[in-house]
Amino acid sequence: MHAIEKLLAKKAGKRSVKTGEIINCEIDMAGINDLYLQTLRSFFEMGGTKVHDPSKVIMFLDHYAPASTITQATNQKQFREFCWDQGIDLLMDIDQGVCHQVLADKGLAYPGEIVVITDSHTTTHGAFGAFGTGVGATDLAIILATGKLWFRVPEIIKINFEGKLPKGVYAKDAILHAIGTLGADYAVYKAVEFGGSMLEHLSISERMALCNMSTEMGAKASYIQPDAITMAFLEEKVTRAYEIYHTDEDFVYADEVTFDVSNLKPQLAAPSSVDNVFDVSQFIGRHIDQAYLGSCTGGRADDIGIAAHILQGRKVAPRTRFVIVPASKGVLLEAMEKGYVKTLIEAGATFVTPGCAACLGTHEGMIASGETCITTTNRNFPGRMGDTKAEIFLGSPAAVAAAALMGEIVDPTLYM
Amino acid sequence: MQKLLSGNAFVFGKNVDTDQIYPGRFVEFTDVEDVAKYAMFGADPEFTCKVKKGDFIVAGTNFGCGSSREHAAITLKAVGIGAIIAESFARIFYRNAINLGIPLIVCPNISKLIQTGDRLSLDLHSGEIRLEKSLIATAEPMSEYVLNILESGGIKPLIKQQLATGNRA
Repeated sequence: MHAIEKLLAKKAGKRSVKTGEIINCEIDMAGINDLYLQTLRSFFEMGGTKVHDPSKVIMFLDHYAPASTITQATNQKQFREFCWDQGIDLLMDIDQGVCHQVLADKGLAYPGEIVVITDSHTTTHGAFGAFGTGVGATDLAIILATGKLWFRVPEIIKINFEGKLPKGVYAKDAILHAIGTLGADYAVYKAVEFGGSMLEHLSISERMALCNMSTEMGAKASYIQPDAITMAFLEEKVTRAYEIYHTDEDFVYADEVTFDVSNLKPQLAAPSSVDNVFDVSQFIGRHIDQAYLGSCTGGRADDIGIAAHILQGRKVAPRTRFVIVPASKGVLLEAMEKGYVKTLIEAGATFVTPGCAACLGTHEGMIASGETCITTTNRNFPGRMGDTKAEIFLGSPAAVAAAALMGEIVDPTLYM
Repeated sequence: MQKLLSGNAFVFGKNVDTDQIYPGRFVEFTDVEDVAKYAMFGADPEFTCKVKKGDFIVAGTNFGCGSSREHAAITLKAVGIGAIIAESFARIFYRNAINLGIPLIVCPNISKLIQTGDRLSLDLHSGEIRLEKSLIATAEPMSEYVLNILESGGIKPLIKQQLATGNRA
């Protein structure tokens, strides 16, 4: 069996599981975002009165942090009251940041865990050897009511990245390249394991970006086998007991593909789909109205550090805005301690409160018709960050910061 | 639920994402009447004026990719979509729609066989799709598990029953 199958079997109280089987699993951590008031409604509509296990529920006020309309404020008020009424202590209010980063910062993401959040990018937790998957509001309400949720045991695909990334090229480039090659529906309903020698050089931050973006090829979950890099992170953050699963040597993957990244060029996903991927050279000189660095994909301290390195002692281009949204309070504090915030504000960047901000097209950094934005986020769908006639390019933190500096799309490797 | 459905088709392409089905800027709305106003708004802002109860959405691969927002399923249910027939569905959207009791039918090549405005009938149990009266495709059968949810009118009644009987299996 694969490590993921062993993990699922354990949580379903079974010795083994097989692909396609429908199983009912105990959920270790169930997260709700402030977008999904329907979760609470569905809970009550199903006859729920008391949450099954409040210690396994976490509430994130991250998508509208802080609220910018009365409706958002009213929704958040209801979430807070639900937590207080139900004895849910893990209320991550508007000061905390994006759910996935908050879980990592607080040591709540760990191997062998099943984490289910009302957020499609819950695949991020594969970076810690967890089974993380996104669901809708009603599925999450079922967990609130019963502590469990049904899953179809997925086929498992392996994607290997071999070689060391060149200077100025990042995990974001590697995963964009893979999505561009394989397509946005390559892994629909499947779990993706990442492997290959590239991982030996990849920090937890970069691994999170990789697993996060597996959602954009349709993956249900992702997985990186915990290694020395994972263990170093876990020793620092995680205090609870956990179990690391290992894949049997005779396990056969549903598909296995390998990319050599040793000569990979910086990549961009061009408007308006995530699999519309090209070398950055295709778009050199394209004017940028807004450069945006943030989100659960590309808003970590390392990402802000790359931007600070590029903009140290320089200025953001005159007709370009540079919006930076730290993924969490922890990220913001680290970026402050390391001096990145000062460097970037002096360069002309605008900092926004930790959270999801304009990544989902609701507030704080929206773009107008006819504008072009380059961003470290995860989606460039029409209308994603504002007007449907705006254009969005997805790239690495270096590609975004270098574009902010020059006011147009450039090859970031020249600015490292 | 009804075994035999019929309605007019609205055909869309591949990778129709949740921002096209229900744009992010409307996610703060929580009442069904508000959510119903924006079905397919990102792909076709006139959709809610044209669609009638029982009509079908027909699409290419990966329908519903993107966000976990249940609004995308709620809005389509609220305008009375009879079923969605696509070449494949994104996972979270699939679960959301089935949980709400919207039939989702997987059928290879279907977006090339049908045009917007075609009058379709669909047999949920056999998967047979007819254009006027002639059979044009047979979709993949739904799993027993999913059919059970649909026939119960969505997953909420099932869980309600489980909670009432104290059965948490």
